[in-house]
Amino acid sequence: MECVFGMVGKGFALVVADTSAVNSILVHKSNEDKIMVLDSHKLMGASGEAGDRAQFTEYVQKNVSLYQFRNNIPLTTKAAANFMRGELATALRKNPYMVNIVLAGYDKETGPSLYFIDYIATLHKVDKAAFGYGSYFSLAMMDRHYHPDMTVDEAIKLAEQCIEEIRSRLVVAPQNFVIKIVDKDGAREHSWRRTTKD
Amino acid sequence: MSIFEYNGSALVAMVGKNCFAIASDRRLGVQLQTIATDFQRIFKIHDKLFLGLSGLGSDAQTLHQRLVFRHKLYQLREERDMKPETFASLVSAILYEKRFGPYFCQPVIAGLGDDDKPFICTMDSIGAKELAKDFVVAGTASESLYGACESMFKPDMEHEELFETISQALLSSVDRDCLSGWGGHVYLVTPTEVTERILKGRMD
Repeated sequence: MECVFGMVGKGFALVVADTSAVNSILVHKSNEDKIMVLDSHKLMGASGEAGDRAQFTEYVQKNVSLYQFRNNIPLTTKAAANFMRGELATALRKNPYMVNIVLAGYDKETGPSLYFIDYIATLHKVDKAAFGYGSYFSLAMMDRHYHPDMTVDEAIKLAEQCIEEIRSRLVVAPQNFVIKIVDKDGAREHSWRRTTKD
Repeated sequence: MSIFEYNGSALVAMVGKNCFAIASDRRLGVQLQTIATDFQRIFKIHDKLFLGLSGLGSDAQTLHQRLVFRHKLYQLREERDMKPETFASLVSAILYEKRFGPYFCQPVIAGLGDDDKPFICTMDSIGAKELAKDFVVAGTASESLYGACESMFKPDMEHEELFETISQALLSSVDRDCLSGWGGHVYLVTPTEVTERILKGRMD
């Protein structure tokens, strides 16, 4: 019942993910960070098989850093998205990573962008994206209230509405959510929405 | 559900008088859920050659990247663009390479060959070419498209009439298929120009 969603606003992009680590009926922890900060201006929210998620996100983060060390210039968000897609596509017919990704980034030349990457390596640039059972609720909420060039406050309010909808309508709703934001000043954690303390 | 129906797609190409048109729907879905309504299925290989890829979106993207690579290499070696017939054979060979673990795509190739003669063809996921003189279709809406094209098609249409015909055929067919639609994308190619148009259709 993992929920990840994201949206693009005016000069920023937002990614929200639940923070529960679940095994069958047991909640191991409720403060598992599923949104990895790839570099100074990229956020990667991932959902799916727990081991694959951790391994794949770390692998991508290290490769993004390596590129920057080798070439003295950071990858653009589009390049990072295509790199991820390539890795997922190569592994798909051997040993697939069961990870769905929402990649948010800010580039000086092109501004904020959001990419939807399926576990089957389908890549698409979007304004709003969501994965998991929570997507039925968050996508519908975003379809209704999202408009281009939202301010940070409007986007946070919309994210809260999505979280409320997931909490009230999803049968085994996650307890806590983390919101991370990326804009010209960099990628950082914005806030948490908790119902339990871990 | 079949893997070919995972993302949903509709593609059609038609031949006119010294011109051709290739059209696709714009939906990207994951089974029942719609992810985006601006997905690109038709790719330009060169000014007189277009490739449409229906079926699984991921394999369509992989195949497109591989084919653009092969075509660029060809351009460097031969110092000219590939003929549509040659390109179709290339696509067929690349698909058959994966005979026992295929790409889940059905390509539609449309181009202007020697003397600007229009060429269209489609093939199945393992590269069996189907050359046609009038129209070719692919995707989840292919059965409806066959019917619509068969009834609406006339040989030797001028480009404006060809555009109208292909647009009507596409829109009426995707309305009967829940996995494709959400608008249309039409490329009309004559020896002198390429026109790209977005169709407004039923957004459901």
